[in-house]
Amino acid sequence: MTDGPKYAIEMRGVTKRFGALVANDRVNLAVAPGSIHAIIGENGAGKSTAMNILYGFYKADQGQILIDGEVRSIEGPSDAIKLGLGMVHQHFMLVDTLTVTENIILGAEPLSGMAIDFAKARARVLDLSNQYGLQVDPDARVGRLSVGQQQRVEILKTLYRGARILILDEPTAVLTPQEVAELFSILRGLREQGKTIIIITHKLAEVLALSGNITVMRDGKVIGGLATKDATASELARMMVGREVLLRVEKREAEPRSPTLSVQCVSLKNPDGGVALYDVSFTVREGEILAIAGVEGNGQTELIEVLAGLRRPDSGEVRLDGRNITPLGPHERKSLGVAHIPEDRRRRGLLLDFDLAENSILGLHSDRPVSGAFLLNKQFITARAERLVKDYDVRPPDIKLAARGFSGGNQQKLIIGREFDSKPKLILAAQPTRGVDIGAIEFIHRKIIELRDAGAAVVVVSAELEEVLSLGDRVIVMFGGRIVGEVDPKTVTEEELGLMMTGG
Amino acid sequence: METLTSIINLSLLASMVRISTPLILASLGGLYSERGGVINIALEGIMLSGAFTAAAVTALYHNPWIGLIAAAGAGLAVSFIHAVASIRFRANQVVVGAAINILFLGVPPLMSGALFQSTGSTPQLPREQTLPDWNIPLIGQVPVLNQLFSGHKPIVFFALAMVPVTYYVLFRTRFGLRLRAVGENPEAADTAGISVERMRYAGVLLSGLLAGIGGAYLSIGQNSLFTRNMTAGRGFIALAALIFGKWHPVGAFLACLFFGGAEAISIRMQGVVAIPVQFIQIIPYVLTLVVLAGFIGRATPPRAIGQPYVKEK
Repeated sequence: MTDGPKYAIEMRGVTKRFGALVANDRVNLAVAPGSIHAIIGENGAGKSTAMNILYGFYKADQGQILIDGEVRSIEGPSDAIKLGLGMVHQHFMLVDTLTVTENIILGAEPLSGMAIDFAKARARVLDLSNQYGLQVDPDARVGRLSVGQQQRVEILKTLYRGARILILDEPTAVLTPQEVAELFSILRGLREQGKTIIIITHKLAEVLALSGNITVMRDGKVIGGLATKDATASELARMMVGREVLLRVEKREAEPRSPTLSVQCVSLKNPDGGVALYDVSFTVREGEILAIAGVEGNGQTELIEVLAGLRRPDSGEVRLDGRNITPLGPHERKSLGVAHIPEDRRRRGLLLDFDLAENSILGLHSDRPVSGAFLLNKQFITARAERLVKDYDVRPPDIKLAARGFSGGNQQKLIIGREFDSKPKLILAAQPTRGVDIGAIEFIHRKIIELRDAGAAVVVVSAELEEVLSLGDRVIVMFGGRIVGEVDPKTVTEEELGLMMTGG
Repeated sequence: METLTSIINLSLLASMVRISTPLILASLGGLYSERGGVINIALEGIMLSGAFTAAAVTALYHNPWIGLIAAAGAGLAVSFIHAVASIRFRANQVVVGAAINILFLGVPPLMSGALFQSTGSTPQLPREQTLPDWNIPLIGQVPVLNQLFSGHKPIVFFALAMVPVTYYVLFRTRFGLRLRAVGENPEAADTAGISVERMRYAGVLLSGLLAGIGGAYLSIGQNSLFTRNMTAGRGFIALAALIFGKWHPVGAFLACLFFGGAEAISIRMQGVVAIPVQFIQIIPYVLTLVVLAGFIGRATPPRAIGQPYVKEK
């Protein structure tokens, strides 16, 4: 490495505009070979745009890209692949119906005669997976793999193509804590074997644990770069957001009163006959936050659906203020004061092609004063939407824009405004800060705690241990559709919790 | 009992194979298109274009092989319109297909008026100007098989051969893997350096080629002229067979035999059973309806089917 080029990748003054929006404004970036380099910034800061330019998805309007010290023009992903770049996208680029091997060789298939040489391909995949410690069954259908395994397939795909420089876009967003630990050891192993790794993220703890160097972006610009050993989380957060940010949730001791929600022996079977929920019982009192920890797919989604009235349990009861609400549907529950922040906001929380004003009345559309006898009360809706957008800091504050055009954080703020505005007595928040910026996370947490202090009972489901532990007054752990235990968020360690979440 | 044996016998199977031939070709054609992510309801129109072109060109040049090649070319040309509209210009694929179907209800009568001063039909071809009957050397000696597989038009053998060929292409070759990837997750294929557009063009053009040949079988194989709307919904039945067969070449083939068999039976029942002929003729269509409504609940189409691929977010 002594006489090699100084940087594996360099971007010089790269600018990219989408219409009036400057997504990348004279971005400079230099990544040393054989290092792990983190690019951090909030959603919309331009990290992904910069990487998509590097990978040839977008064409830069201005600026230069140097690979291994030479100026290169990258017209498309195939050019990038030829130059030794590999990208692992946040949303995996995998074909579910194909096998692991087929996915890996796609676009670079070894042939024997006219047919694909599947035996050779399979052997090569096994070789790579052994060499880099990426264990995965080469014959499995990708759609049946866990998210962590799918990610390994993505990494293998880039290695199969001979990537020397790996770009990972938000690689930990969808992983369990154990999977994150495994990924990190894989990435460190890749670095040991001489690969250069760029990781895009907004999770500061991970940046500090993994990377050697950090570049911070905000509003399309590079704000600064520093060595990880000189960085602190609060300093990085300030650079990302542009102001001081509270990383820890600040809240008073809970003052729980009488039970609001009580769930008794709820069981539910999936349509395929598998157990979704088994004998789940718990209560949540006024003025407390119950956090539910668990690896995704262990019944949390179904539990929230049962509580929101979207699914009927096969047995058991749900009581709100002592009243049996098991047979009631979502709308009736809503009018009794149940607010629901759905896990998948793009699918269940919003109509993406409707504007903010229309989205702000979902679920209330048939109630007065939103609706009159026949017609919607446009004046009221507009006034209310304007107020929500202001109170909940939705940006840009334009209620005539379609929801699709907003960042995840701002979409979530609108949903929270809509749900919290009616002062609910029970809040069901599923993954309330998934894919949301640090600044917006702080805001959402504050709003949840405000309502708790005003006497609401809150159920929070989150895949983020940090969120579970900092937000929850009590924490229960789900595994395999059952509640496997309750822990005290003040004393439990992440390791203990991680073990319970995996059935240990 | 006598009635039954006069309906169900070996020659019924032979006629099932014949009747299934255009269905098999159109269905396999549709498979290439739809596995690549482009819905092709234009199979009916493409078959009509093939059937008309085959008969018209044969009538003009007195050689069925030229007619056959012209039919394949016509299928390609019509599917190229489909491809350009639905891939290049990202038009709604169902609307494009429907437009082509309507267009080719009208084009053949117009052309036959111009070429042959007729109102929708082409001139009757002499027998020696239709495609010849072929016998397979060895099979002619085998008792049962010779009744099933001898004396068919070349297109019948071509269709039967296309089933394993399509299986091989789809599941063993680079082209097939890429085509399937493009139909399931075009973004993934794109990031792997595969041209989504090119693969989809190939899929749609192949559908045109095969459905065009399937159409030719109707006019210069089974019959000796083109008549107005002579496909009579076969393109749609082929589409139904594709869905019934779960977008798998063997599945689609078996589904085509099923529908072809139903039609073969309904033809034989006419005049033998004391049921008005109109009722017997609707059997294949009713079966299609029943099968599609009732039996295919779990068929999963290619995931990206019907969605134009847009690169920029």
